Amino acid sequence: MGMTMTEKILARHAKRQNAHAGDNIWVDVDILMTHDVCGPGTIGIFHKEFGPKAKVWDREKVVIIPDHYIFTDDQHAHRNIDLLRDFVKEQDLPYYYDVGTDKYKGVCHIALPEEGHTRPGEVLFGTDSHTCTAGAFGEFASGIGNTDAAFILGTGKLWVKVPQTMRFEFEGPLPPYLMAKDLILHIIGDIGVDGATYRAMEFAGDGVMSLSIEERMTLCNMVIEAGGKNGVIPTDAVTEEFVKSKTAKLYEPVSDDPDARFHSVRRYKTAEIEPTVAKPHSPDNKGTARESAGTKLDRAYIGSCTGGKLNDFLAAAKILKGQRVKADTYIVPATTEVARGLGTTMHDGETLLDIFQKAGAKVSQGASCAACLGGPSDTFGRLNRSEVCISTTNRNFPGRMGSKTAQVYLASPYTVAASAITGEITDPREFL
Amino acid sequence: MQDVIRGKAYVLGNNIDTDQIIPAKHLVYSLSDPEESKKYGTYALSGLPDAVAGLPQGNIKFVPDGEYRSPYHILLAGKNFGCGSSREHAPAALQIAGVTAVVAESYARIFYRNAVDGGFLLPFESELPLVAETQTGDELEIAISAGELKNLTRATTHRLRPIGDVLEIVKAGGLFSYARASGMLKS
Ligand code: SF4
Repeated sequence: MGMTMTEKILARHAKRQNAHAGDNIWVDVDILMTHDVCGPGTIGIFHKEFGPKAKVWDREKVVIIPDHYIFTDDQHAHRNIDLLRDFVKEQDLPYYYDVGTDKYKGVCHIALPEEGHTRPGEVLFGTDSHTCTAGAFGEFASGIGNTDAAFILGTGKLWVKVPQTMRFEFEGPLPPYLMAKDLILHIIGDIGVDGATYRAMEFAGDGVMSLSIEERMTLCNMVIEAGGKNGVIPTDAVTEEFVKSKTAKLYEPVSDDPDARFHSVRRYKTAEIEPTVAKPHSPDNKGTARESAGTKLDRAYIGSCTGGKLNDFLAAAKILKGQRVKADTYIVPATTEVARGLGTTMHDGETLLDIFQKAGAKVSQGASCAACLGGPSDTFGRLNRSEVCISTTNRNFPGRMGSKTAQVYLASPYTVAASAITGEITDPREFL
Repeated sequence: MQDVIRGKAYVLGNNIDTDQIIPAKHLVYSLSDPEESKKYGTYALSGLPDAVAGLPQGNIKFVPDGEYRSPYHILLAGKNFGCGSSREHAPAALQIAGVTAVVAESYARIFYRNAVDGGFLLPFESELPLVAETQTGDELEIAISAGELKNLTRATTHRLRPIGDVLEIVKAGGLFSYARASGMLKS
């Protein structure tokens, strides 16, 4: 019986000929990533279980990226960064991206590929549910908790139940008003927030393979919003070109066997999909931007691991160029590299940064998760009251971006930018 | 592992995500410091909108103001309990507040895995939806080997699904104890 990409990667890392959906196996981990929210707890368990003098299994395979609570006066948050620093020193870890230094990056899921830590055919675990983003590079990537992460730190291994794969094929390149965010919101609306629980979601078809690497990351990023274990996209020239530009490490891509067994296959025609929104308070509460048109907004937010990449800001800038925003608009670059890109990337003779500032948007000085998950009450862009917000982020459960009385609509950077201008939900085709 | 668990029910709906279980702004506290970690109990389930806090009537505080232990030791929930982030603070906060078991229709996988691997609480699945026929405050009893949930207040009995793949880890009390008992880790 043939294997899916996910089954093949897991089989290889368990040193087995075969692995099939339902098998419980122990796999060798290539990269373990943690951050400032879950790192301290993970380190605590590691020391408790393996002893105060224990060493991590492989210092080259541990990546620590503080990103969540960075630009805040919260003293506990600062203490947590200190705990990471102490651990990095004690273990002499080479891949630590410290706050307040040139190495500081910002949002971990965007920093990982920028720093060459995502490679086809590998197994990546991270103490963050959006670790699935890295499936865009043709690898197995999944989120775990502190206990599992501490176990990996000490042993380099973790047990995995091999997931079934749901395959999603998109036919036709994206029309100029659609982005990967529309596709994934569409899927989540179809299958529900638990529609892929315990399963892999594989994205394929010429519509997907014509996407840039950043757009592919958006697709895999929101797999967790459908309950998925991992998202994955076949490796092609686009993947390899990106990965080779970031790392000299060798890797071995995998592909589906022709007779691989899938849980299900769904086919979509991109031309039939509309700019999509997820209405409050669930990512599967699907509607089109047109249906929600006219909904009054207090705020627009462009940022996060889902919608805070350079490509997302370029899309927003195309719409915001020469316009003024009516809703309070917050721009938060995911990483320092993206932040630099805002100042150097041009659209129509102007930098993205100039376009945003002239439009009246507030641009964050720092790269981080910021208000995507609410955070401490002094967090940039946090919803502290019953605001109505449209956002390029990934979750809109009650209280996700701060106040539990706020209402959050999720949408693509095009739709968010168009809505920011009018102060109400707007189909981006009106500006494109 | 004890075979019978008893406690008062706190009833919740579908898709209770980890931000409702423990809001993100509280994730800064230490989980290993016994004193500081009590804050997780204080804020457990504080992200619930008031109207759905303790069904069916709502507006029921899970943890009384200023305390860190809840009078409710069993959560009874609908589908996809624990969806959202991978924060292990979520099952930990429930445990610190005194929850010993959750009975839900289904779970988000990372929450389930964290609950089991960390040995924080026992996540059971009910065969049928029970939210509509249970009220916050009902006295519940879970008989683990019999696979049954009894509602003592209403004198009803319901089937639980078998624990399945992770039974050995649950019995051992978590991933580390399991790995030691099975010889994978030296103690
Ligand atoms: S940007 Fe948002 S979703 Fe992404 S890692 Fe940060 S908090 Fe999580």
